[in-house]
Amino acid sequence: MSDHRTLLLAVDLDGDGAHPAAWRHTGRRPGDVLTATALRGAVGAAEAAGFTLATFADAPVPPSRGLDPAGRLEAGTRAAFAAPLTDRIGLAPTLHVTTTEPFHLATQLASLDHASRGRAGWVVGAAHDIDDLATIGASALTDDAARRETADVVDVARRLWDSWQDDAVIKDVASGRYLDPDRVHHVNFTGATFSVTGPLITPRPPQGQVVVLAPAELEIDARADIVLIGEPDPDALARRAERARNSGAALAFAEVEVVLDAGEPGARRLAALDAATPWPDSGRLRYVGPARGLVELLRSLAPVVDGVRLHPAVLAADLPVLAGQVLPALAADGLYREPEPGATLHSTLGLSRPANRFAAPASTTA
Amino acid sequence: MTTTTSPGPTGAPYDPNAQVHLGVFYTGVGPQLIWTGPATAPHVAVETFVRLAQLLERGLFDAFFLGEGLRVRENHGRVYDLDVAGRPDAITQLSALAAVTERIGLVATQNTTYNFPADLARRLASLDLLSDGRAGWNIVTTDNAWTGANFRHGGWLAHERRYERATQFVEAAKTLWASWEPDAIAESGEAKSWARPGAIRDVERDTDLVRLRARATVPASRQGRPVLFQAGDSGGGRELAARHADVVFSANTEYDKAVAYAADLRARLARHGRSPDSLRILPGASVILGDTPEEARERAEWVRNEQISPPRAIAFLEQYWDADLSAYDPHGPLPDIEPGEAELDPSRGTIPIERRTGKLALIAQWRELAAAENLSILQLVRRVTPQHRSFVGTPSQVADEWVHYVRTRAVDGFNITPHLVPSSLEDIVDKLVPQLQERGAYRTAYEGTTLRDHLALPTPTS
Repeated sequence: MSDHRTLLLAVDLDGDGAHPAAWRHTGRRPGDVLTATALRGAVGAAEAAGFTLATFADAPVPPSRGLDPAGRLEAGTRAAFAAPLTDRIGLAPTLHVTTTEPFHLATQLASLDHASRGRAGWVVGAAHDIDDLATIGASALTDDAARRETADVVDVARRLWDSWQDDAVIKDVASGRYLDPDRVHHVNFTGATFSVTGPLITPRPPQGQVVVLAPAELEIDARADIVLIGEPDPDALARRAERARNSGAALAFAEVEVVLDAGEPGARRLAALDAATPWPDSGRLRYVGPARGLVELLRSLAPVVDGVRLHPAVLAADLPVLAGQVLPALAADGLYREPEPGATLHSTLGLSRPANRFAAPASTTA
Repeated sequence: MTTTTSPGPTGAPYDPNAQVHLGVFYTGVGPQLIWTGPATAPHVAVETFVRLAQLLERGLFDAFFLGEGLRVRENHGRVYDLDVAGRPDAITQLSALAAVTERIGLVATQNTTYNFPADLARRLASLDLLSDGRAGWNIVTTDNAWTGANFRHGGWLAHERRYERATQFVEAAKTLWASWEPDAIAESGEAKSWARPGAIRDVERDTDLVRLRARATVPASRQGRPVLFQAGDSGGGRELAARHADVVFSANTEYDKAVAYAADLRARLARHGRSPDSLRILPGASVILGDTPEEARERAEWVRNEQISPPRAIAFLEQYWDADLSAYDPHGPLPDIEPGEAELDPSRGTIPIERRTGKLALIAQWRELAAAENLSILQLVRRVTPQHRSFVGTPSQVADEWVHYVRTRAVDGFNITPHLVPSSLEDIVDKLVPQLQERGAYRTAYEGTTLRDHLALPTPTS
């Protein structure tokens, strides 16, 4: 758990921004969002600004079937593309437990951790309505069934990430053994709807475990490293954060949507955006106004949560203000520190590297 | 110059200007990779993959090609310890490589048995856009329940139906990739809507093998859709290739086999109304170069002996005997105990159909051979292990041989399986490629930007 006088700062970089009409205010052609150039720009800006972590929202279905964007690159490929372009920011795609094989999902995330040298996170997605599940030819799940499935998939992913011990590869020329088979384990997981034998095809991720971020409504706090809380009321936010930590999550983050004064007042920008498409209420805190007001809000959250995830309404407009005004002000106050180059995400978050459940316990020196 | 236009024995006319197309098939695991030398790069490190992809891009290769892992190989219920094991997810790794390369094609092996079509099609299309038209998909199938034990639908698909599922899967993927009209996206933020109404079609399939209702979230890339590679050599595999593939990654590397294979495939293409040049034939190959023919031969011998080491020879027999043979001396005679009667289990990797039955007869043959020639375990295993087709010689010899292959249209190039990483590939880039260029059979610069451009394939129509 981090010092309550500091904050960890995440930012979601999906598409043109969190507002559904963001694409109208980017100053570029709407289709450009689906290019490597746009992704390089967004990730580069977020890392240069000093964010702890970038997340990439996603869903198995298009972001909009109405007037707004119908296009979106799959999040795991976006995060992987960003990996060799960065050296300190965490990279956490949303991957859905319901529409990808659990084994593939664990492999993809472990591979992202290798490709980023220990900066992978996973925002757990559990899309389960009729259209989501139709993409794999299955029927909608009840909320209860989805919750059970989510818990099972997170559990099996965590076991699979431990299925290779850190020292499994021995390259012993004398005996001809590349690895020690006693250090690579079957996981023999049986869940409610599936089973997985293992081991993973990918050696243990550099972080040991990929950082798991769970939206609070999934109610899998005990399995998460970070619980993401969308809660507009400060008291309710504080209570939910406390509950997350009591359940075993290391960290609690508040979800905050932002529309900042950027050339024109944030309120006027938001009105223009909403005139095109109203921004549905997501149940998150929303801040509209000047940068210093956001600094005040974040300062007030510091005693309550360990971090925040910001959702800029329009990346092209709000990210420069966050980078130029908000993060520097927080850093100047000692409320925030940039990650160190080469640091793992665990280390940036102040978390220790998890022990391997399959390894014999080390002798308790230290 | 006299050129005949009649189709030769390969089903295509001699072409004096034919080009060699090269890819590298890097499984990242398995017995062909030698790990004992000090110069071998760490096999799992992302730096190794970046270095390889950038090396091959310097060598103007068409493609860098990753294998797929679905289960770590085993020997007697334990993870097999003698080979390099452990590798990344192909699409994840290639997405990272897309950021640090500019031209080389990036091909992911992905199977159609243990994936969901809309999910896989979306990840491949995303790689295709992020690489600006450099993605490929090597379509493979799996049918064994041992591999399936890592998946929701373990072992669900009968062997005979695996290509039926694969064909329907590929057709669904192609339909999703073609479901955005070319001008679907608005030109400016002033437009009434981001996508033109009706310009993106939902895709539905409802058979007992492929069931989905999905809407693609990505448009076509600069190359239309990912380039499709197909590797199966059975009748079902060849039909799938002739109907849908852009490239075949065949096992027919020996010249005579390559000629017969090319003729067969071109006849199938014609039956499907496709032109002979709409499909590239790139068989797998390993290449061992030396400054003199003797040096190349010695190196080849060394490679073979490293690949079939004494402990591996014992492990090879253990798979057939279905017993622990660790007490036997690899330099001594064959095990005197009788082999177990169970047929081979697939835990060491896919077993070819012809080896799935009749194990005891094969062992009887080996015993006869060993007795007749007084072979040790190691000598026998080196004799009977199928040898990958290797091109062994000086760069100039191999270049001459390859030029003959492509001009007679037996192949369009090769997918090289490296044995030493990176040095065996450095040799090809630095020594063999210049020889091919001197013969006018290899590009001196990338002319196009997409994988489809590199392979000189037609733009997809559907």
